[in-house]
Amino acid sequence: MHLDMEYQQDTLLARLGGELDLGVADQLRKALDNQLTEKKIKYLILNLSRVTFIDSSGLGVILGRYKRLVHSGGKVILVGAQPQVKRILELSGLLQIMEDYPDENQALSKIV
Amino acid sequence: MVKILNRCTLEFTSIPENVAFARVAVAAFASQLDCTLPELEEIKVAVSEAVGNAIIHGYRNRQDKTVRVNVTIYKEGLEIRVEDSGAGIADIDLAMQPAYSTDPERMGLGFVFMQSFSDRLQVDSSPGKGTTVTMFKQIGQRGAKARAN
Ligand SMILES: Nc1ncnc2c1ncn2[C@@H]1O[C@H](COP(=O)(O)OP(=O)(O)OP(=O)(O)O)[C@@H](O)[C@H]1O
Ligand SMILES: [Mg+2]
Repeated sequence: MHLDMEYQQDTLLARLGGELDLGVADQLRKALDNQLTEKKIKYLILNLSRVTFIDSSGLGVILGRYKRLVHSGGKVILVGAQPQVKRILELSGLLQIMEDYPDENQALSKIV
Repeated sequence: MVKILNRCTLEFTSIPENVAFARVAVAAFASQLDCTLPELEEIKVAVSEAVGNAIIHGYRNRQDKTVRVNVTIYKEGLEIRVEDSGAGIADIDLAMQPAYSTDPERMGLGFVFMQSFSDRLQVDSSPGKGTTVTMFKQIGQRGAKARAN
């Protein structure tokens, strides 16, 4: 798994790559939660364009961060999922509760 | 009678890293059938879910146990069997319901994916003894033809 993070004010932009499964779920959860807490993040943009695989363990990490941020009035926005990943996101119902956009600029423009 | 074309068994330690190993190995073996890319993706997700469940729920994240994966290739498709000798499932029907999970942090989607990505899903389990998940997936035109006959 690859993860790089950038933040501006209360927005964290996390670019993920590789395979999001049980093998990396803990590491990903901890890395994101550290930043959410430390930087008082309200909006999390997850750029999934380099994610090649996701299963329920990966989805669980995304949903967990969503619940956390929504609880404090924020949100999670998904960006650029590849077709096979997008299909899993759709089946899981996550796309019904989270916005998704083709690129980072569009996602950023939705945050005011 | 259905003829077995090929068969393999993987046995590995119940560590989270082996979820990736299992799905890649099964997908590589499955590609002996003319699988499409979407079919391979579905196989990978289904294997990830079954093996993940064995480790998380069956073995309660203990890392010194053994998960066994059996793959059989038939003319019509592929049978994948994932076995653990862990906790077992008391109420299988309940466990298989969409969004049901015994872990509040989880979404209860594993069986949903296994069901959607296979043509037949069978779960055998007994508390204290372990769980076996068997999935059959018809593959491509061969599968389609077999189905039509
Ligand atoms: N191999 C297993 N051994 C024991 N219990 C299992 C096993 N597989 C599944 N279960 C039980 O069935 C429930 C449903 O499984 P399922 O994979 O659908 O959801 P989950 O694993 O809880 O969540 P998710 O798959 O979305 O992370 C689990 O919560 C668990 O209680
Ligand atoms: Mg599961």
